[in-house]
Amino acid sequence: MDHREHMNSLNDTCNELKNQYDKCFNTWFSTKFLKGDTNDSMCASFYSVYQQCIKKAMKEHNIELHDAQINHLETDKEKMPQS
Amino acid sequence: MVKYYETSTIFQFNWEQVAQGFWRRYPNPHSSHVISEDTISREIKDGKLYSKRLLTKTNRVPKWGEKFIKHNNVKIIEESIVDPKEKTLTTYTRNLGYTKVMSVVEKVIYKASDENPQWTIAKRSAWIESSVFGFSRAIQAFGLERFKKNCIKMSNGFNYVLAHMFPLTAQMMNPSLSQMGFADKAGEPMIRLSHAAEDLQHSFQDKAEKMKDAAKKATDLAKQKAGSIQTVYASD
Repeated sequence: MDHREHMNSLNDTCNELKNQYDKCFNTWFSTKFLKGDTNDSMCASFYSVYQQCIKKAMKEHNIELHDAQINHLETDKEKMPQS
Repeated sequence: MVKYYETSTIFQFNWEQVAQGFWRRYPNPHSSHVISEDTISREIKDGKLYSKRLLTKTNRVPKWGEKFIKHNNVKIIEESIVDPKEKTLTTYTRNLGYTKVMSVVEKVIYKASDENPQWTIAKRSAWIESSVFGFSRAIQAFGLERFKKNCIKMSNGFNYVLAHMFPLTAQMMNPSLSQMGFADKAGEPMIRLSHAAEDLQHSFQDKAEKMKDAAKKATDLAKQKAGSIQTVYASD
């Protein structure tokens, strides 16, 4: 293939953890979630170490964590057609 | 003032395939502007999967816009909800920061197509807004044009990824589309065009028609001249 196999993380130090988590998630999504199994413990350990890494990286990149974490979809912030 | 824009795209893959492809749509040969992608929250509520991803993309700004936007990278928050029972995937993306200069919000609902349940329709809505005094209209117009171009890139890239993930489905599709997935023919016209793509195509067609007309006129004129020269010669 003439292009990268995986997307990079915001910070290169999280790439490995991100790829491990994404791999687990994609398997879980296809083989469990879409088949009706909503137990998401399968990738929980990958998720938590990856989250520690990415949250730290976001702080280092001066990303407003609060603003990033606000939900818009399904809230009164969600824009409506023709608004 | 907000510019509102709507468009639909058909993917010749079923909803389950599109939902799986959604998480893997980057990288692809049309996504060189996407620099990073991270999941920053994920949970299951009422049997639905709620995710939030942070994407960073390069942001090409026209010369006149450089005084408003200095940083090259734009940060995007993508919220999504997958409802496996209703078979819908809803995504909602917004840029983080610079929202006064230009805010682009996009909502996409992916679900089975009414015309073919084995296909998926993506209904896309976009809101483009700017509050820069004196420049908001220019910025909005620029934002909309760029958005339309990105829609084409996005569906070409998504199709590429889907064709690689599901080669058997891709083989049954329109042959030229499945080929596109395997031999990256970037920028080639798609079989199923989004409205945005169609709009652009029409404008190209218009231009082509005008060019043809102009060429025809020029040829006619040349013929006339040649004719008159011939007549002159003939009369000699």
